[in-house]
Amino acid sequence: MSYDAHFRVWRGDADGGDLVDYTVAVNEGEVVLDVIHRLQATEAADLAVRWNCKAGKCGSCSAEINGRPRLMCMTRMSSLDRDATVTVTPMRAFPVLRDLVTDVSFNYQKAREIPAFVPPQGVKPGEYRMRQEDVNRSQEFRKCIECFLCQDTCHVVRDHEENKPAFAGPRFLMRVAELDMHPLDAAAETGVDRKRSAQEEHGLGYCNITKCCTEVCPEHIKITDNALIPLKERAVDRKYDPLVWLGSKIRRRGA
Amino acid sequence: MATGTDPRTTAPAPTEAPGGVHHASRAAIPARHLRIDRWWLAPAATAGGLLAFVVYSTWRAFANADYYAAPYVSPFYSPCVAKNCVPMKDGADWGVFGTWWSLSPALLVLIFPLGFRLTCYYYRKAYYRGFWASPPACAVAEPHRKYSGETRFPLILQNVHRYFFYFAVLVAGILTYDAVLGFRDADGAWGHMGLGTLVLLANVALIWAYTLSCHSCRHIVGGRLRNFSKHPVRYRMWGWVSVLNARHMLLAWASLVSVAVADFYVYLVASGAFDDPRFF
Repeated sequence: MSYDAHFRVWRGDADGGDLVDYTVAVNEGEVVLDVIHRLQATEAADLAVRWNCKAGKCGSCSAEINGRPRLMCMTRMSSLDRDATVTVTPMRAFPVLRDLVTDVSFNYQKAREIPAFVPPQGVKPGEYRMRQEDVNRSQEFRKCIECFLCQDTCHVVRDHEENKPAFAGPRFLMRVAELDMHPLDAAAETGVDRKRSAQEEHGLGYCNITKCCTEVCPEHIKITDNALIPLKERAVDRKYDPLVWLGSKIRRRGA
Repeated sequence: MATGTDPRTTAPAPTEAPGGVHHASRAAIPARHLRIDRWWLAPAATAGGLLAFVVYSTWRAFANADYYAAPYVSPFYSPCVAKNCVPMKDGADWGVFGTWWSLSPALLVLIFPLGFRLTCYYYRKAYYRGFWASPPACAVAEPHRKYSGETRFPLILQNVHRYFFYFAVLVAGILTYDAVLGFRDADGAWGHMGLGTLVLLANVALIWAYTLSCHSCRHIVGGRLRNFSKHPVRYRMWGWVSVLNARHMLLAWASLVSVAVADFYVYLVASGAFDDPRFF
């Protein structure tokens, strides 16, 4: 059953912009991205929007729908009140380029700051053998589609531009956790202490675990409970727990 | 992740000027947020619930009265480590603090559960959102001009959570002992059970569930390991704690309510307002 929906879409660029009202047809089974595409096809041919797979797997169509960070392709119109206006804006934590498209290069910059996986000595590619229970935790984090909705909603950088240099954001702290939990990562042998660097170089202490990253994750990754808090506890092991320090001195054992 | 590719960096370098969602580089939207749901309900309810508990527990902690009705002792007053407690038959009545302490003995003990809950990862979320509006809700701009999170004093002290966890295990053990004493009658004879016994049992079960579901506990029992396959027992325990941990918020509230209910029950019985129904 088709109906006419009232949309307000942010139009503009870095020099300014405004919310523009549109009335647009909606068909049964459609998602917000379908409606945005219909706008492009009808009355707003120059509306800029970034998208690719339309299946919730590429992480391109991140935006804010009625003020909530979401993927446009995964937000069904049937989940929204059909009598209420649907407001669509670009992500508000990143510099806007045009209309619904933002510059997410902050995230690429942060990605480069995380030391990559260090292959173990004496094990050639193709010879890696790991038990499933040892990689379960990291595999949850590998579901990340890098839509950057968690980065967008995290108030540490969303509400405080000045924190961007010091804080990697939930997605990349999760990357640190993933590598620190990786059974074959040999970073420690090369002098990289991921636990310590999470706090000292990537700003783990800025996270006050208010769980917005987990709330918005379209892959339903438990970012806070399974990555950020375990990482905080690992940093505590290194920096604030004399018992753990003493234990590691007395009895060196590869955990 | 580091891919080896170097995308163009077109973002302007962060400037000194703060501004959050109103920063010059962001989409020019005057509203602090555009949410139309009742986002304020959760932080308001959280703040209201916590405030109610703070008011109640402050009254009871300072009251220094009506906390023991044999064989039941209020969880607020156990263990008693001062000499000014009412005699508790075989109870956790260890006057190690001596006679100089003249205030309510509850104050000496409540520091530990208070510290445990204050530094708890769930309660931190609850009060950062509910009381400090940092943030009030997801994608709702916070009112603060500066934010340093838990990088500085005093909030860096949140990192001591695991030590409060160790104390919380001791306290839970003592409350378990108190609950077991509920199976004795007022004269100390075993084979008694009243409504108070059930109240104390339910409370201690929820206290244990909350304590063991703690994120620090999850880390200590197994989370800190890199290879679970080398530690099958700890891996199994980590799995159990993880199941509880997924319900940490629920258990935090359930145990908060149960500890207040248990105390209030003892208060009613001790003050003579209510007669403890005896099952056998």
